[in-house]
Amino acid sequence: MSLDPSFVGRSYPPTAPYLVGREKIREFATAIGATDPAYHDPEVARSLGHPDVVAPPTFPVVITMAASEQIINDPELGVDYSRVVHGDQRFAYTRPVTAGDELVCVNTVEDIASRGGHDFLTIRTDVTAAGSPVVTAWSKLVVRGEG
Amino acid sequence: MDLPVKTFRVTRADLVRYAGASGDFNPIHWSDRVATGVGLPGVIAHGMFTMALVGRAVTEWAGAPDAVVEYGVRFTRPVVVPDDDTGTEIEVRATAREAGEGLTRLDVTATCAGEKVLSQARAIVRTPS
Repeated sequence: MSLDPSFVGRSYPPTAPYLVGREKIREFATAIGATDPAYHDPEVARSLGHPDVVAPPTFPVVITMAASEQIINDPELGVDYSRVVHGDQRFAYTRPVTAGDELVCVNTVEDIASRGGHDFLTIRTDVTAAGSPVVTAWSKLVVRGEG
Repeated sequence: MDLPVKTFRVTRADLVRYAGASGDFNPIHWSDRVATGVGLPGVIAHGMFTMALVGRAVTEWAGAPDAVVEYGVRFTRPVVVPDDDTGTEIEVRATAREAGEGLTRLDVTATCAGEKVLSQARAIVRTPS
């Protein structure tokens, strides 16, 4: 059931834009206990040079995790999601996500490896707003072998 | 330079709230039945919730909500969250060093019940001015 390494380098069509709402950022910040006013108060965010409230660093996963279902649910690749464990996560930011961004994701299979009966799938998601880079996310998923 | 230690309490209620806010409704984060059914000791925190708490520590150390340039972790061990009022606690430590070009590198350790729950956890932040 090893994943087919010929998928490495394959990119998927851009996702439909995700409009980041101010209340969604506030809800996420509240859920992680992040009280910095820049996450909640647009005036504070503007005083820091942002157009609206700023999202905490891991907020992009809300969008990238949903977007990466393109790959995880690709029947040709055949990932068994019931066996998937999150291995690594990394973000490289051009700028923070802010409310009002319309984010588009492009997913690429960056790496596939097999070790010790497990498959390792690294997905890179390039996130842009109006064609400009915002953040890139890498998720390494471990697909645990059977038995 | 060692930064001040930060601790974060995590209860079941926090996991439910995070599930709703993040859209990650995997039942291993709210159902003991499902969690133990796949061989876990019980309900575990979302890895991304732990990463978010450590992210809070990182932005607090950096002194700015928008200072993070790069941030990555490896999830090495699940954070088991008991179904009681006290939950569990994650302890976060970091060492900071100059990374050049106005940047600081933070090497972070996160432990729960004395065990490391993340490895290779590091962030690059703009050095506070």
